[in-house]
Amino acid sequence: MRFPATLAAPLNVIPVAAIERATSILFRRVMKEHPHLFVRLGEHLGKCFAFMPTDIPLVFVVSPAQPSIHVVRRAKAPPDADACVEGPIVMLLALLEGRCDADALFFSRDLTVSGNMEAMLAMRNALDDCDIDLPRDLSALAGPLAPIVSRVAEGIRQRALTGEAGRWN
Amino acid sequence: MELICPAGTPAAFREAVDAGADAVYCGFRDETNARNFPGLNFTRDELREAIAYARRNGTQTFVALNTFMRAGDEEIWYRAAADAVALGADAMILADFGLMAHVAEHYPDQRLHVSVQASASNVDAINFLVDAFNAKRVVLPRTLTIADIARIAPKIRCEIEVFVFGGLCVMAEGRCSLSSYATGKSPNMNGVCSPASHVRYRKEADELVSELGAYTINRFAAGEAAGYPTLCKGRFDIADEPGYAFEDPVSLDVMGEIDALTAAGVSALKVEGRQRGKAYVAEVVSTLKKALSAKPDDRSALLAHLRGLSEGQKTTSGAYEKRWR
Repeated sequence: MRFPATLAAPLNVIPVAAIERATSILFRRVMKEHPHLFVRLGEHLGKCFAFMPTDIPLVFVVSPAQPSIHVVRRAKAPPDADACVEGPIVMLLALLEGRCDADALFFSRDLTVSGNMEAMLAMRNALDDCDIDLPRDLSALAGPLAPIVSRVAEGIRQRALTGEAGRWN
Repeated sequence: MELICPAGTPAAFREAVDAGADAVYCGFRDETNARNFPGLNFTRDELREAIAYARRNGTQTFVALNTFMRAGDEEIWYRAAADAVALGADAMILADFGLMAHVAEHYPDQRLHVSVQASASNVDAINFLVDAFNAKRVVLPRTLTIADIARIAPKIRCEIEVFVFGGLCVMAEGRCSLSSYATGKSPNMNGVCSPASHVRYRKEADELVSELGAYTINRFAAGEAAGYPTLCKGRFDIADEPGYAFEDPVSLDVMGEIDALTAAGVSALKVEGRQRGKAYVAEVVSTLKKALSAKPDDRSALLAHLRGLSEGQKTTSGAYEKRWR
């Protein structure tokens, strides 16, 4: 499933600083829920990892050592990172949660990887072992609305991933 | 018939158990096993917790110590064996005769399985390992036909386990030097085939180019299903024509031959894939479990959708139905 172009378009005009601030809040929340997320990176902890959705005009660069996330606009030049992974945002999020198999997405050409493959492999395995559940982990930020936000987010995720599973099959 | 399933992380381990594996095999986070990939495998504490989880669910845990000991560094493998015993491994999967001798001598009650990496592929070799080290099971190399297995089974004094699904080594396991030739590192000695440190992917126009060390392994056209960057699945110019010298990018699937394998004397079916994600493990294990109890006519429909998860999005019965010599 590709992110709808009509929803992606506003991301071209919203200031990157604002997007980065919002993304950092979500990132810190995930790190709070999963403090050992990057332990499996081992010697690759100091590397930078670029997550490049092909259907939105942004690139997310994660520095696990800090840990921090940096957002830049997608450009022709590759981002300043040791390893990059490109694919539709739904698949990147599914990988983050370990709901899709990275090798299978690579075989089907839905994912492209480049740069330091040892570091990227370590990152893939670290994410896969971490049991991240974005609706559950992030809904706490919504305060009293957490149950509703969680339910809505789960519904969106189910719809997006059911489409992917159908295509696989 | 037992289903033996892979796990590269504790999360994948739990998925395999929950999906109905009879046993899960895994390894320590070092060169003592043949999937020594970055970020993969288990610390001692993680393995302790995994074994406890498996026990609570009636599942066995096999620990793979299936690389060959490096001269002078044997202590790494001996320590891993001692820890696997202490943590309660139900079986150890070993390839090195020296390590088998060590385990048989120091831990005579420990169940010992012969790894596919030992490349034990005939009656005399297998019975030698049974007699010398009290091996209880042999994992046969993926170079034998079902008829070969049927000829071997009645003459050996241990159980037979065979790979039925997942990655396919086309060379004799434990004896393949292609990765070593290209990178200096091998699954046999270092636990890594085509190590990620030597892999590069780049785009060239519409093509995806995969490289291993100094070798171009493949050029995948736009939309063409991709494979692992291993020399054995490389596409090379042969007599000026590009083609696969050894094997296409393809995965093994002989689940359609369960009845024939059972009749041949196989008692356990093994799934390759400790390097794969937990989503793959969950999907494959649950599907194979269903296939095992399904009617033969229903199996192919059940198994068909797994093809999309396979290398090159294709499957083969490999040497099990060898039509060449």
